[in-house]
Amino acid sequence: MTPKPLDYESLNENVKKVAYAVRGELYFRASELQKEGKKIIFTDVGNPHALGQKPLSFPRQVVALCQAPFLLDDPNVGLLFPADAIARARHYLSMTSGGLGAYSDSRGIPGVRKEVADFIERRDGYPSDPELIFLTDGASKGVMQMLNTIIRDEKDGILVPVPQYPLYSAAISLCGGSLVPYYLEEEANWGLDFYNIHQSVAAAHSKGITVRAMVIINPGNPTGQCLSEANIRELLKFCFQENLVLLADEVYQQNIYQDERPFVSARKILFDMGPPISKEVQLVSFHTVSKGYWGECGQRGGYFEMTNLPSQTVDEIYKVASVSLSPNVPGQIFLGLMVNPPKAGDISYLKLVQESKAVLESLRRRAHIMTDGFNSCRNVVCNFTEGAMYSFPQIRLPLKAIEAARKAGKAPDVFYCLKLLEATGIATVPGSGFGQKEGVFHLRTTILPAEEDMPAIMTSFRKFNDEFMEQYEDYRGYSRM
Amino acid sequence: MRRFATERAKKLIVGSFLSSRSPSPSSHLLSSSAAAAASAMGSTQSPPVTLDSINPKVIKCEYAVRGEIVSHAQRLQQELQTKPGAHPFDEILYCNIGNPQSLAQQPITFFREVLALCDHPSILDKSETHALFSADAIARAWQILDLIPGRATGAYSHSQGIKGLRDAIAAGIAARDGFPANADDIFLTDGASPAVHMMMQLLIRSEKDGILCPIPQYPLYSASIALHGGSLVPYYLDEATGWGLEISEVKKQLEDARSKGIAVRAIVVINPGNPTGQVLAEENQREIVEFCKKEGLVLLADEVYQENIYVENKKFNSFKKIARSMGYGEQDISLVSFQSVSKGYYGECGKRGGYMEVTGFSADVREQIYKVASVNLCSNISGQILASLVMNTPKVGDESYESFIAEKNGILSSLARRAKALEDAFNSLEGVTCNKAEGAMYLFPRLHLPQKAIEAAKVVNAAPDAFYARRLLDATGIVVVPGSGFGQVPGTWHFRCTILPQEDKIPAIISRLKAFHESFMEEFHD
Repeated sequence: MTPKPLDYESLNENVKKVAYAVRGELYFRASELQKEGKKIIFTDVGNPHALGQKPLSFPRQVVALCQAPFLLDDPNVGLLFPADAIARARHYLSMTSGGLGAYSDSRGIPGVRKEVADFIERRDGYPSDPELIFLTDGASKGVMQMLNTIIRDEKDGILVPVPQYPLYSAAISLCGGSLVPYYLEEEANWGLDFYNIHQSVAAAHSKGITVRAMVIINPGNPTGQCLSEANIRELLKFCFQENLVLLADEVYQQNIYQDERPFVSARKILFDMGPPISKEVQLVSFHTVSKGYWGECGQRGGYFEMTNLPSQTVDEIYKVASVSLSPNVPGQIFLGLMVNPPKAGDISYLKLVQESKAVLESLRRRAHIMTDGFNSCRNVVCNFTEGAMYSFPQIRLPLKAIEAARKAGKAPDVFYCLKLLEATGIATVPGSGFGQKEGVFHLRTTILPAEEDMPAIMTSFRKFNDEFMEQYEDYRGYSRM
Repeated sequence: MRRFATERAKKLIVGSFLSSRSPSPSSHLLSSSAAAAASAMGSTQSPPVTLDSINPKVIKCEYAVRGEIVSHAQRLQQELQTKPGAHPFDEILYCNIGNPQSLAQQPITFFREVLALCDHPSILDKSETHALFSADAIARAWQILDLIPGRATGAYSHSQGIKGLRDAIAAGIAARDGFPANADDIFLTDGASPAVHMMMQLLIRSEKDGILCPIPQYPLYSASIALHGGSLVPYYLDEATGWGLEISEVKKQLEDARSKGIAVRAIVVINPGNPTGQVLAEENQREIVEFCKKEGLVLLADEVYQENIYVENKKFNSFKKIARSMGYGEQDISLVSFQSVSKGYYGECGKRGGYMEVTGFSADVREQIYKVASVNLCSNISGQILASLVMNTPKVGDESYESFIAEKNGILSSLARRAKALEDAFNSLEGVTCNKAEGAMYLFPRLHLPQKAIEAAKVVNAAPDAFYARRLLDATGIVVVPGSGFGQVPGTWHFRCTILPQEDKIPAIISRLKAFHESFMEEFHD
């Protein structure tokens, strides 16, 4: 048979190299089992609404009114929508070039970008320029765009934390670049190890790779650690010394579950440090409506903010953005509402605060329930989820289990996670999907199942785990030291 | 200086780490040495991301639809606000982009009702809702929400899009074509453009991979090919025969490319055409299908204007329908069909809704397509819902049917009238010829410019059509895109103008256009 134009052999190699475990083997198996009627608990993606978290009321009211502006003229509209939602809908509609159905400016609606800039200024205490803020269909598209701008060929390296959210490894593969890993220290609460970072850079250099950028994810995904101000200062100094652009993924900035290290943005620290660093280090910061207490993943709303990039580069990025015409307008409005929510005194303020607090306080409790739950299981050690939405326990797999996995043709953590799924319906993502040190295994789960379901889930997990360990261990009483 | 200091800092760090052997993060060890290093540095290296060091494919990529002339128009628009009276017009008329609702086209009420209810499902249980929304919109919203797990429209969906919505779209495709369609072949995307990018990414390995594109073309294709590092292989549409697609021309270009060592992987066909507006005849489409099968090319069928047809004697036939009606199935032809919610009579550009239907690919290739889609998790849910509505509109007997049909026909008949009015106006101008817009949203008149004008353009380093377009903008506030942005036979000049300004504005546009053109020709006549 004649070779077909798009046979597997003739695909772009970069595409073939891409791996994105979050929607990989475990997800497929879970979907198959679900079709067969098994109850599946999807703790594989940071997708709050899929696990019962309710959307905040106010943004949904505003966007619904923007979708159907003829409602605004209806005398009965006040029966269903509060006055401040009605006013806000008019406000956003007036900012658009013809309602939700018109392409906006390719960088996003100027009025919304101004709201984002104001938010950044309030948060950090430094002014922000709306012209350097580009809205995107979710933060992921922004990350893709920036990496595509930076990476010229496989000799360009990007420093990425390990474990990492595999958007970064996937995007680097797609763009034909090289991933330069820096390992986070699990024993030090997933802390930074600058010795290791320097070694990674040196190793890259010896392979002829030019390291161009450094990714930080703060709070971390899958690891959840929150960087301290001192950490960020060191990172910025490092980027200054090594001439790297810092890509700061800050999408979980609202998800903080401890009080020792509140969120502080890379940009704030950059400016706190003053010149030369504040003027020289190039920084791109990412944020989204998908996380926090909003969890509006399906809207695809996000932005990136550029600091210290030359205007010609910004123009080129704008040019590429214009090829896709514009980000989706409803997503832009969600973003505007997130950065500019109702204020004290507004009709919807109290309800919004109450809804938001409920989500955040529950997430904090669930972070504890899950961490403690994992730590009570045999051969499982779990750092506390300081932030973000995930738990990343280390599963100390006995040798027999590792052998069984090899026999089954699976990576050990994949083997464990598949067994977990089949026994309990809990769908997780194996640690190999995020990167980990050789011979150390993890899984990523989310802290998103409903609070009332958590105890049962942890009990179910413990039962499976302890039976698994029983089955594969050579002796009892594995020392935790 | 900086590199030296970095080396020194590294030695200090390594030294202190080795001596202390502490497993804790060595950031505290770094502080003093880093501070010393930092203070010893000057910024002698250029920053990592400058024009010289960014991806050259980004530099190469161009997109005239939102290019230079538009930036200039935006500056003028600012000036109209700050310095009223500074220009001989009081508004900018953006005829550069197919963005109907920005020019006061109204959205389809039924669609917006359903979308509003899906955005805010908690009102579906309230009795007051019936006072504000039509019953069938409420019913449709319930039906759609039942397809979404947990009715959670704020959750990431399956990476190809919500299964139930894909089923609905597949049913819509089957009803349109008379041949079955499969939900698993459908990938819902944030508009059709990301789907095009995905296919280019898959197909292009290096600059030795070529993609056949019509000239003139919608510059998403040239931009995407540049971004992915491939080669655009042009095939010229024939202006003399209403922008006809001649297979002999395509064949010639294909062979030419191959002789230069280019592996031609696919052919883009835009039907109805953009910017050219022609609707392909069935016979033509069959030739193209046959050609793709014979030459082993993927057929990339951009069909986003399928609902914009303004002539009685032509109708839209999807390439899938044509291929299937020729007896060609999955084994015979690799075909990707693109559709969008941005065009038609719905014009919902800002929603970013669309899909590609992928047929004739092996399972392992489809896995790769899925994998790439999954990295972005999913497209926006509201756009997915809208795509399912576009492919499944109200039926006779539904409460909203009458008003829906009235809105739809109103918009389409108005578009047809505007297309004709502008076509006639362009043809009435001295030195301008304009093919009929059989479909889509554009006119692409040809300028037979006098030599003096061409020379004047050269003097200011502009292409003659860009020179004309700029003068037109400065005199009338009308923004069009120079033909060079779309490609044209060398030595010919065109511009693309949309047919989208509201009907009541058209006479004024035409008279301003005429006045400008007359004075331009007066200025530059030989």
